[in-house]
Amino acid sequence: MSAAPMIDIRNVDKVFGNFRALDTLNASIGEGEFFSLLGPSGCGKTTLLRMIGGFDEPTSGEILIGGKSMAGIPPNLRPTNMVFQSYAIFPHLNVSENIAYGLKRLRLGREEEEKRVREALAQVELSELGPRMGNQLSGGQRQRVALARSLVMRPKVLLLDEPLSALDKNLREQMQVELRHLQRQIGITFVLVTHDQYEALSMSDRIAVMFAGQIAQIDSPKEIYQNPATRQVADFLGGMNFLTASELAVDGKVFRAVLPGIGAITGHLAGKAISDPASAIIGIRPERLRIVWEGETADHIVTGKVVDRNYYGEMTSLVVGIEGQSERVSVVETNDFGADDIPVGSDIAITYDRDAFIIMQG
Amino acid sequence: MSALSASRRILSAYVILYVAILYFPVLLLPVFSFNDSATPKLPLAGFTFKWYESLAGNAAMQGAAWNSLVVGVSAAVLSTVLGICAARAITRHRFRGLGAASSLIMAPLILPEIIIAISLLVVMLGLGLQLSLVTVILGHLLICVPYSVTVLVSGFEGFDPSMEEASRDLGETSFGTLRRVTLPMLAPSIVSSLLVTFTISLDEFILAFFLSGTEPTLPVYIWGQLRFAAKLPNVLALGSILIAASLILLTAAELFRRRAERKMELRP
Repeated sequence: MSAAPMIDIRNVDKVFGNFRALDTLNASIGEGEFFSLLGPSGCGKTTLLRMIGGFDEPTSGEILIGGKSMAGIPPNLRPTNMVFQSYAIFPHLNVSENIAYGLKRLRLGREEEEKRVREALAQVELSELGPRMGNQLSGGQRQRVALARSLVMRPKVLLLDEPLSALDKNLREQMQVELRHLQRQIGITFVLVTHDQYEALSMSDRIAVMFAGQIAQIDSPKEIYQNPATRQVADFLGGMNFLTASELAVDGKVFRAVLPGIGAITGHLAGKAISDPASAIIGIRPERLRIVWEGETADHIVTGKVVDRNYYGEMTSLVVGIEGQSERVSVVETNDFGADDIPVGSDIAITYDRDAFIIMQG
Repeated sequence: MSALSASRRILSAYVILYVAILYFPVLLLPVFSFNDSATPKLPLAGFTFKWYESLAGNAAMQGAAWNSLVVGVSAAVLSTVLGICAARAITRHRFRGLGAASSLIMAPLILPEIIIAISLLVVMLGLGLQLSLVTVILGHLLICVPYSVTVLVSGFEGFDPSMEEASRDLGETSFGTLRRVTLPMLAPSIVSSLLVTFTISLDEFILAFFLSGTEPTLPVYIWGQLRFAAKLPNVLALGSILIAASLILLTAAELFRRRAERKMELRP
């Protein structure tokens, strides 16, 4: 990340009538960064993306791109291009004409224009499809055309509004990899809007998690997942077991807690400032809990009863009731050792990684 | 034999009777227009083109036809332009008075035409306007715009607003977006609107009768001719031509509308 941010979002508010869609947002996105806006529908992520693209204006605050304020600058004069959720491929034009659409205004001359279209088609591996009409493409092809049509404009920032949500699972996963490669290869800033946490985790350099018009946390995927700032972020980023604590104290960079049915534990704050320990909560990811098989020993053994079992093919999720804990915990195990055969209702011994407990603001 | 099939047969008979009563009189028009007799009565006397031939030499009729063409084309173009503006506002913007505005645009369809005609006559004379083809065009505009708006609203609804945003995003101005994306995507709806409104204007009688002054349109001319029994076969021939023209135009409009629908569908 270079010193001057590519996109600088400063105190941005957006109010529709008496609904506050965005509430004092601040974020800096670096040059060449793959940045994701992640959140449930209605959290304001698309509104923010549309503001960066110039399709909406902030009610107050400002957005700078490349150091210049974008206030009042229409989309056609911004150094950004957008891949729309619906792809918005012009059905009355063929693929080449779609890609050349924006180039026409640049008056590059026919040769240069054709060369750029050819390069863009090759970049998204659609070289054969130039003459195909816009309304005769599959979902994946339309996505690639939309991408090529934007990239051919050589923007400083590419905005992507849920670009993969319309694709089926396999194609989506393939496109995630391709998008990530493409971004590394051309090196411009990508801002992706998604509600799919795996998509955000696998593609991004950094993620901003948004709820109800506010940014809850901006961090790398690993930090966001392993060290969520709030209970809401932890919950949104996949399963998190929230644990009942009878005692909880924060002391410098560490916290100590007594968890009924589990025992006394300690953990690191990992840079977090817990302003109010009384409302803080302890959690552990399901994959950081392990089954203690017969014949094995462990330092900390927690006993419980299997209440439910969910089979996911390569792994199994066990729902375990622990005496003293108000909420059931889930334990995720790969199926190599037979976790998929543990009967519901049986007693089970589990253990945990010592450094796996996380403290979050409630 | 179930009760269902019996009721179905009664229903079919009803439909056939209904359609026959509706269209039989209209079918008589072309039949008698080729009949070699000065009065339209059975039995048919013999086949002739002479009523059509005598139309060809009728300067008054041709003048009226020209007037209808001028009025029809003007009303169609103006109403389609206004329709594009109104349809865009209705489909792309949310504003205070949206519901009221769209209802008011549609109101002329349900108001009795004779009342509209009398009101317009009073207003235009009050404004000191001379009755002419211009006043007829203004009157026709009032009843054509609702049709244009209906056709064009479905045209606008048929395509994703992010098409226009994508065009802006790719560097195009508002006007360029209108020219390169909006109008081409609306083209079939626009053609359909032009054809429908032209047809409506061509057939319209009441407003034209009240507002045309000394320049009759075709329906007004026909009305004038009906006073002379000897001209009746000529009127039948002219009427047949009008029916044919209307049918062709409306069929073309419907075909364009369907093409528009197909064009917007995404074929996987």
